[in-house]
Amino acid sequence: MTVLTGNGGAAGNGGAAGNGGAGVAGQRRRFELPAAGLEDLHRALVSAGYQVIGPRVTGDAITLGELTSASELPFGWGVSLSPGGYRLRKRDDAAAFGHSAGPGSWKQFLHPPREQLWSATRGTDGLAVGPGAVQEPRKLAFLGVRPCDLRAIQVLDRVLRGAAGRDCAYSRRRAAVFIIVVNCTEPGETCFCASMATGPESGPGYDLLMTELTAGPDHSFVIEAGSPGGQEILTRLPVRPADPGVTERADTAVAGAADRMGRSMQTDGLPGMLAASRHAQRWEDVASRCLTCGNCTMACPTCFCTTVEDVTDLSGEHAERWQNWSSCFELDFSYLHGGPVRSSGVSRYRQWLTHKLGTWHDQFGSSGCVGCGRCIVWCPVGIDLTEEVAALWAERNAAGGPTAGSEGPERGERG
Amino acid sequence: MTGFRYPVSYRVSSRQEETHDTVTITLEPAGEPIAAFRPGQFTMLYSFGVGEIPISVSGPPGVPTLTHTIRAVGAVSAALCAAQPGQVIGVRGPFGTSWDHAEAAANRDLLLVAGGIGLAPLRPALLEALAQPGRYRRIIMLAGARSAAELVFAAEYGRWRERGAEVAITVDKADASWPGQVGVVTQLIGRAHLDPARTTALICGPEVMMRITARTLTAAGLPPASIWISLERNMQCGTAECGHCQLGPLLLCRDGPVVNFGLAEPLLTVREL
Amino acid sequence: MSVTSTELASHRFAAGLTAPQLDRLAAIAASVELAADTRLFDEGGQAASLWLIRSGRIALDLHVPGRDRLIVETLGPGDELGLSWLVSPPRWQFGAVVQLAASAFELTAAAVTSLCESDHELGYQVTRRLLDTAIGRLQAARIRILDLYAAPPRATPSSGAPARGGPARGGPALPGGSP
Repeated sequence: MTVLTGNGGAAGNGGAAGNGGAGVAGQRRRFELPAAGLEDLHRALVSAGYQVIGPRVTGDAITLGELTSASELPFGWGVSLSPGGYRLRKRDDAAAFGHSAGPGSWKQFLHPPREQLWSATRGTDGLAVGPGAVQEPRKLAFLGVRPCDLRAIQVLDRVLRGAAGRDCAYSRRRAAVFIIVVNCTEPGETCFCASMATGPESGPGYDLLMTELTAGPDHSFVIEAGSPGGQEILTRLPVRPADPGVTERADTAVAGAADRMGRSMQTDGLPGMLAASRHAQRWEDVASRCLTCGNCTMACPTCFCTTVEDVTDLSGEHAERWQNWSSCFELDFSYLHGGPVRSSGVSRYRQWLTHKLGTWHDQFGSSGCVGCGRCIVWCPVGIDLTEEVAALWAERNAAGGPTAGSEGPERGERG
Repeated sequence: MTGFRYPVSYRVSSRQEETHDTVTITLEPAGEPIAAFRPGQFTMLYSFGVGEIPISVSGPPGVPTLTHTIRAVGAVSAALCAAQPGQVIGVRGPFGTSWDHAEAAANRDLLLVAGGIGLAPLRPALLEALAQPGRYRRIIMLAGARSAAELVFAAEYGRWRERGAEVAITVDKADASWPGQVGVVTQLIGRAHLDPARTTALICGPEVMMRITARTLTAAGLPPASIWISLERNMQCGTAECGHCQLGPLLLCRDGPVVNFGLAEPLLTVREL
Repeated sequence: MSVTSTELASHRFAAGLTAPQLDRLAAIAASVELAADTRLFDEGGQAASLWLIRSGRIALDLHVPGRDRLIVETLGPGDELGLSWLVSPPRWQFGAVVQLAASAFELTAAAVTSLCESDHELGYQVTRRLLDTAIGRLQAARIRILDLYAAPPRATPSSGAPARGGPARGGPALPGGSP
């Protein structure tokens, strides 16, 4: 299993190592970039061969897509979030990153909804199987990744990068991504990254890290590099060393965001509580509201499940395998010997929640939830994950403790 | 790693009909082979243009050929069962855990309990055990089937006995032409005179049969840690990336199919997990 | 041929009995050798014996007009044969034929009943063992009813659509406009 530490995020991006890589203890070198410098950043990324992907207003939402100019960033736009609710709102300032998560996530670029896995031709010597029409991945720069979403990318890395030596399309795409994280200074009403320890301040793994400052005299960013590639880009930007007063304002804004989370979740002992709660009454309650539409799994930045589809052409000599996003809310998802294992909505909601927050730890060594709140916002009936977990805690505590009735010893080494 | 993401070509070298709906095919590599498998592991077999399904290896380890025993229950398995010698099959794998996880130490009693086609994934373990005379104190194979006509590998039981295995077969339905035992496979356990402290049990069959068998063994004094079962869910990718084969904390294509009963039991009794 | 307590103690049925109980039970048991193909009883006959099988194999069978004999179950070493006398009327529900030459301890139903009546503690022990056996056979019969090894129903994975609509692939439903 790939363990992500330090500057792993941009490994393989190339670029000459600048003076003193960031991330070295005691050598945090931070700079100030005026807001106008975002266009320089965009230009530097493009000239380094990157297609820049970032947030912009499309229709009535802030979604992720190609930015042909930094001016397309959603300056002055914020969002109002609630269970089952998402509205754009005008901000009092011109912040480019004054919004929380939208319906899209970086998953759609790293782990596309539909992808050809291979194509094969039947010949006399057997099957000629190859990557088919799969192209070498484009170099993408993700501009404006929130700390929770950086963590989501790292969660996906653990799942989809596979074991060492197992080359795959995800790994190739991932290696070609440059990540610019913007720390969170204004969490949304459905955010709970502080509970999940994924924000509002970014952990390692970025190429560049920025904190947006709008409250002071100038609209600017505190910026620092987290990789040699980030350092390389940084040298091309109109930056000046950040004054202590500026970095302090940035740090205060980020630290303050932790206290303004719209939601929270009790995560201490959560996997054990969920393992002990497989027969909880609450599942019936939530399932009576859940439409099993799977919107939460589509919006979730870490839900990775896929189904493959084998197709042939009319001649029968050429076949292809395609991979599509799938959802544990689909009835066919657990199909086995003539029928689904999880036929009830109760069992499918339980699977989603307990996997995301509980058994993900067993399978991939971390939680699958980063506290972005998308599943709450994009649930058509407004099911609130944090509320469900709180209710499960309450039921479990009433039943005699977090792990009463748990399944005993932790399993050992995996195969 | 060859045969991990892309199917590699194998050619059907022989085909043996086991029952009216079950066929054993032996495959030989048509190019670069997949990595060597261990007994209990499975591969993903691809029938060109039809699809891909997980099938446990049923042949002996340590040879270049791959043997699979397949029951025709769906489009892909029917296509694989119909594959004639010379036909090319795509193979990915091997995937998952093996019976090696049971770590049945030398000089213990190795008990294999099979239900129906569950004999197939146990056969490599049996053949390997038989190839190491003296490694185990006893090798016991208990197998149940629906009827005499639905026994797989029926021609081999005599040879297994000659090579030192105690083999007991029972069927659910029989008329007077069947000279063997009639009843559930668990009823053979009481007649096998097991030494619970020295027995390692490997069980494969329908999930209900494995649960009942494992419970019968624990009632006979075997610790759950000595009992191993082979579980199945909707395995699709084999690489722990598609999410379909989850059983609670387990991704069965990676953490299974071979799982310790002590770990599996609380999971198997949760409905629709 | 008479049976010693030591001989009887070797049978699974005797596990846990006290020495005096073993003595009393051995006193009413006879050791019998049963040649292959011997018919021990027929369906409908008067049920009057309990056999504790030591070796060999006994088949319980049933005649079905127009078909060969059906074998309902086979019994082997450690098993008990003959429970029908426990209930009224005491008649055999199935027939029994020796499939592989067998040896057994045979106890007449009358002697067992009389012993259990006169010694309720031993009667409890005997009844419990026979109840264990009966429950074991009931459970085994239920498992066989499940027909576990039958081929699963043939269905295609795509035949079952999600009950209330499936997820839209590629992203959540958007409020007005898509990315």
